[in-house]
Amino acid sequence: MSIDLSKLECTVAVTGLKTGDNPQPGTPVIRCLRDAGFKGRIVALVYDTLEAGIFVEDLADDIFVMPYPSGGSEVFLQRLDYILSQVKIDVIIPTLDSEIINYIRLEKVLNDRGIKFFLPTEEQFQARDKTRLNRMFDELGIGVPKSFFCTDAQELYNIAATITFPFFIKGKLYEAYEVYSLDDAFDIFGKLKAKWGLPVIVQQKVYGDEFNIALVGDGEGGMLGMIPQRKLIITDKGKGFGGVVVDNPELKEFAEKVIKTLKWRGPAELEVIQNATGEIFIIEINPRFPAWIRLSAGAGQNLPAIDLMMALGLPVEPMTEYETGTIFIRHSEDIISHINKFGTISSLKELHNKEVK
Amino acid sequence: MNTSKLKKIAISESGFIFDPSTGISYNSNEMAITIINLLNKDRSEEEIIAKIMEEYEVTHDAIRRDLEYFLTQLKNLHLVS
Repeated sequence: MSIDLSKLECTVAVTGLKTGDNPQPGTPVIRCLRDAGFKGRIVALVYDTLEAGIFVEDLADDIFVMPYPSGGSEVFLQRLDYILSQVKIDVIIPTLDSEIINYIRLEKVLNDRGIKFFLPTEEQFQARDKTRLNRMFDELGIGVPKSFFCTDAQELYNIAATITFPFFIKGKLYEAYEVYSLDDAFDIFGKLKAKWGLPVIVQQKVYGDEFNIALVGDGEGGMLGMIPQRKLIITDKGKGFGGVVVDNPELKEFAEKVIKTLKWRGPAELEVIQNATGEIFIIEINPRFPAWIRLSAGAGQNLPAIDLMMALGLPVEPMTEYETGTIFIRHSEDIISHINKFGTISSLKELHNKEVK
Repeated sequence: MNTSKLKKIAISESGFIFDPSTGISYNSNEMAITIINLLNKDRSEEEIIAKIMEEYEVTHDAIRRDLEYFLTQLKNLHLVS
């Protein structure tokens, strides 16, 4: 059963159109909506005027540059109100970790402006935070690698004495590095502290098969769809540039347990490792679709289409079947455009590929 | 020998093997496919050796040695236990 969006008349805004070596999920989310037959207007909200998706033909109808999430809600709403004076937006699908919390906190304000979305509550969002995951899931018998929160070098030194190398050092929001020595650990700790703030997370490495699971939670403890994949190609930044859909009942059961525990609403990506004895550990829960989300549509569960339907309050039957063995291979190619397009988006902070009514 | 996992793998005619539970794939040859198919029919090691000797000009000792090595590989890959 596939979702048909061809008769849906609405405007959807999607964020994050970078498609380089660290791609954002916005472009594949738009592709998924189009794959489902969506013919409505698509508005792209970007933070950088050189995000490659801006220059892709037939992707977004309108593009607006947004203020960075750190700018605060007042600046954000000013910009949004300007955008709404140009185009109507019915649904926003935010795709970047750093902006999700702002959307959650502004839910009522955005609803008042006629904008809907299908995101977790603030409580759900905070519960999956790297700094809380360990505490909460450990108590519930959901495997989490031994993790520590570190605020200074002395603490890091003490932690390193209690676990074995190699281990991971992770930034509060982004980035993770595997370290093999105390020197490396101090170096990475300093960099991540400066870049993402405190605490920095120290996590014991778990050996095993790594899987990623994209899903949409219904907000009541169930899942509306779920696609698990194993990365086939991993870049030096740890990004999956190829993957295959797997059929592993243990993974499904694990994902169901996590989502039931959190009563997760909206899109998520679970990063998990299954060790040689079959035990599964949760490494991270990302509160958004992953950049490989187009694989979900390819495998028969168009998760962004489900998300859009839920945001609009339309009925959705949970999807359980998918095509195991579906693969994705990410490629890069040069988009040919014109400097005038870059000039327009740089100076006006907006670009329209379709006539604005 | 437990071959339940082996029964779930997908094998193409070209010898490409895909384990759907882990996403890992392997390349194999004609002999490997023959053995896997026989294991999936729950044939014993002696039955497999006899079948191969019917089709190929090999000694019992040689095929036993190769079969044991291949089964060890399958065990290491967690495809049989």
